[in-house]
Amino acid sequence: MVNQTKIDQDLGRFKRIIRGKVRENLKKYVTQGEMMGKQGKDIVSVPIPQIDIPRFKLDGNKGGGVGSGEGEPGDPVGSEQGEGSGAGQAGDQEGQHAIEVEFTFDEFVEIMAEELELPNIEPKGSEQLQSQKGRYKSITHVGPNSLRHFKRTYKEALKRQISAGEYNPDDPMIIPIRKDQRYRYCQEVPEPVTNAVIILMMDVSGSMEDEQKEIVRITSFWIDTWLRSHYKGLQTRYIIHDTVAKEVDKDTFFRIRESGGTVISSAYKLCAEMIQKEYPADQWNIYPFHFSDGDNWSERDNEASIQIIRDILLPASNLFCYGQVESRYGSGKFIKELSKHFGEEDKITLSKIENKDAILTAIKEFLGKGK
Amino acid sequence: MTLTPELEATRQQIEAYARDYGLDFYEVIFEMVDFETMNQIAAYDGFPVRYPHWRFGMEYNRLSKAYAYGLQKIYELVINTDPCYAYLMNCNRDIDQKTIIAHVYAHCDFFKNNATFAHTNRKMIDVMANHGTQIRKYIERYGEDTVEAFLDTCLSLENLIDNHSPHILRYETKSLNQTSYMDDAQETPPNFRLRAKPHMDKYINPTDYIAEQEQAYKDEQKRYKEQFPSEPYRDVLLFLMQHAQLENWQVEVLSIVRDEALYFAPQRATKIMNEGWASFWHSNIMTQRAAEASEIVDFADLHSGTMAMSGQNLNPYKIGLEIFRDIEDRWNTGRFGKEYDEIESYEEKRNWNKDLGLGRKKVFEVRRVYSDIMFLDEFLTMELCQQLKLFTFEYNGSSEQYEIASRQYQDIKHKLLTSLTNFGEPYIEVVDGNYGNRSELLLKHTHNGVDLKQDYAQDTLRNLYTIWKRPVNLETIVDDRPTLLSFDGSDHSSRTL
Repeated sequence: MVNQTKIDQDLGRFKRIIRGKVRENLKKYVTQGEMMGKQGKDIVSVPIPQIDIPRFKLDGNKGGGVGSGEGEPGDPVGSEQGEGSGAGQAGDQEGQHAIEVEFTFDEFVEIMAEELELPNIEPKGSEQLQSQKGRYKSITHVGPNSLRHFKRTYKEALKRQISAGEYNPDDPMIIPIRKDQRYRYCQEVPEPVTNAVIILMMDVSGSMEDEQKEIVRITSFWIDTWLRSHYKGLQTRYIIHDTVAKEVDKDTFFRIRESGGTVISSAYKLCAEMIQKEYPADQWNIYPFHFSDGDNWSERDNEASIQIIRDILLPASNLFCYGQVESRYGSGKFIKELSKHFGEEDKITLSKIENKDAILTAIKEFLGKGK
Repeated sequence: MTLTPELEATRQQIEAYARDYGLDFYEVIFEMVDFETMNQIAAYDGFPVRYPHWRFGMEYNRLSKAYAYGLQKIYELVINTDPCYAYLMNCNRDIDQKTIIAHVYAHCDFFKNNATFAHTNRKMIDVMANHGTQIRKYIERYGEDTVEAFLDTCLSLENLIDNHSPHILRYETKSLNQTSYMDDAQETPPNFRLRAKPHMDKYINPTDYIAEQEQAYKDEQKRYKEQFPSEPYRDVLLFLMQHAQLENWQVEVLSIVRDEALYFAPQRATKIMNEGWASFWHSNIMTQRAAEASEIVDFADLHSGTMAMSGQNLNPYKIGLEIFRDIEDRWNTGRFGKEYDEIESYEEKRNWNKDLGLGRKKVFEVRRVYSDIMFLDEFLTMELCQQLKLFTFEYNGSSEQYEIASRQYQDIKHKLLTSLTNFGEPYIEVVDGNYGNRSELLLKHTHNGVDLKQDYAQDTLRNLYTIWKRPVNLETIVDDRPTLLSFDGSDHSSRTL
């Protein structure tokens, strides 16, 4: 009676609407909700979008209702669900259209993929990120003499002669026959040829408060996650800096607490070195991202930074992204400097990330389609 | 999957008990399903054969997630058809299944006998399947997006039905009867002919032209003379089907949405009674007949879990059950009527017992003729309110939380009855199909203290416009001021009347 594919179709359709792939005018009725669920002992909140078809309805907030339990007038009413209050309820649940969907991590990345892409990516190095490469790793019985494997052929002949009793240790003469010949054989092995690199740089100076760092980390986490899931074999490098810059591993990048002053050029210098040494621009798609509160140590360093961007980073990169978070202390001047110097430049994207809500906007600005 | 032999034996036993108690139902076909299938069936409101639509997928997803996170489990699902189909979750314990089977038989008795369900189509599975075929046909012909968008538009107006229309033929005689127009229009047909010599007449007064003029005049007369519709039209969907400029397939889709909304309406109108009745009987059958001594603790656990209620959640199972029990008790002891009501002494009232033994008879009568709103109005007594610890709550803007507002009997009852009136939906009628003599549509919202949600109202007007294709207006009250909300195809406007 029940057709599995039927519900799958309806479910798929719903998910496509939620993601705005079809029926775009419905997208405005998609709202965020959450469901409090249990995972083991923990209560978890599952964020869930909902579609609410508009209809004439009463403004519930003004209504209130009837409940039951202890308490005097004026006492707050809990809205927790009574235990086991779910028995046999479906089938007569008309009118309840609060919709809840849980996205898995993969689904979420997929959704982002529909709106984002790596801008300006060009075929560099080899044509594909994954390439086929021939290696003489295998052995075969036939082949040209130029590929004859002498050692293996000798061994085969020796084995045969010993087993046939023809081998004479006093006169160790080995004569290979046709059956003993062994040749090298070329086998195609897939080899990842990385041709894109993301260099994430983060300002961890004292003026960056925890909230700023969190914003930067969330932003870079999503950029990193999303890019990794879509560009196999992509490399990511992490640089943190205060007055000096150093390269760190992913874990450190997302966890470190530092303090100190800010010298932006130190990070750029390190980044430039990295590019020059390891990522020749004709072989690599290069995407440096830098996050800071824009509160650089000095004017002179601003100039030095701009110098590096202009001379080394920009020519080598496909896109240079700078994201500036709001800081209570910082002058936030750096972004202005950048836009003054590179306002017309296509290969540089600047974004101001004012709060957590702006993260998605920033990611879209960096990686949004149609650049 | 059909029942296991053991369960089938239990079922036969329970059915015999139920019939013995006087329950009267169509044949019930039980099926055992796993949780995935159960969630699917529930997502389709019991009818997996329904037309394809994203909201079923949405509901399925919600149910699946709720089940996965242990928030909700559907024990049973039964649909109102002849024969009734009942689905049991295969992971229920035997004692659960036993209780649920008893519960299901009482539901089926209610479906068959309650007056609210008298006009529901008992072959709804076939109807739903036909609807599914029809919609799929339209999707093939007009494209998924087009059909689905129109369906969504109709669903946006789904609550604008007349829940009593299956029971009453309201509009047969008056506004839809064409002959009355004709009589009025023929009164004074003016002379459209110009003076002409006989041999020129057919050139100066072409027959076609004259006929056209006369027809135009008649039409005009018709429009002026008759208010259209002649009285407020409650069944907005039916009105749109009959009078909106729609293509045939669109009328069909509108009709499908209306039919299904009307089919489910009685279940909404009797939620408390239906669940109360089923709980009343599963507890009677289990405790008096079916449960073994070894099962009684498990039964009590299941039953009390189902009856739990707290805070803002009013559990229809519990409320309904308590009221039915109270009715049975009152009519057994004779605690009703003038004589009893006039007793002043508390002690005397408490010990009143005339041993009438009318309880069983009364509950069967109540199950036959009442719906939730009448049921609560008449049988939710002050004593029950106290016993169930009911209260009203309201939103306190300054503390930003819901707070207990009152424990007064009258307040509670007022709030409950208001929330049940028209299922808590706003009461909206068509009052003019030719508003301002410009073929605009005018709806009127009968305001009963709560405003409409404004953003929803605007978007719904927009949907109404896509069907009516002329400007649409809604008379309502916003912030204590009579207001006319309008949508003319491009802009929303709001005018204080």
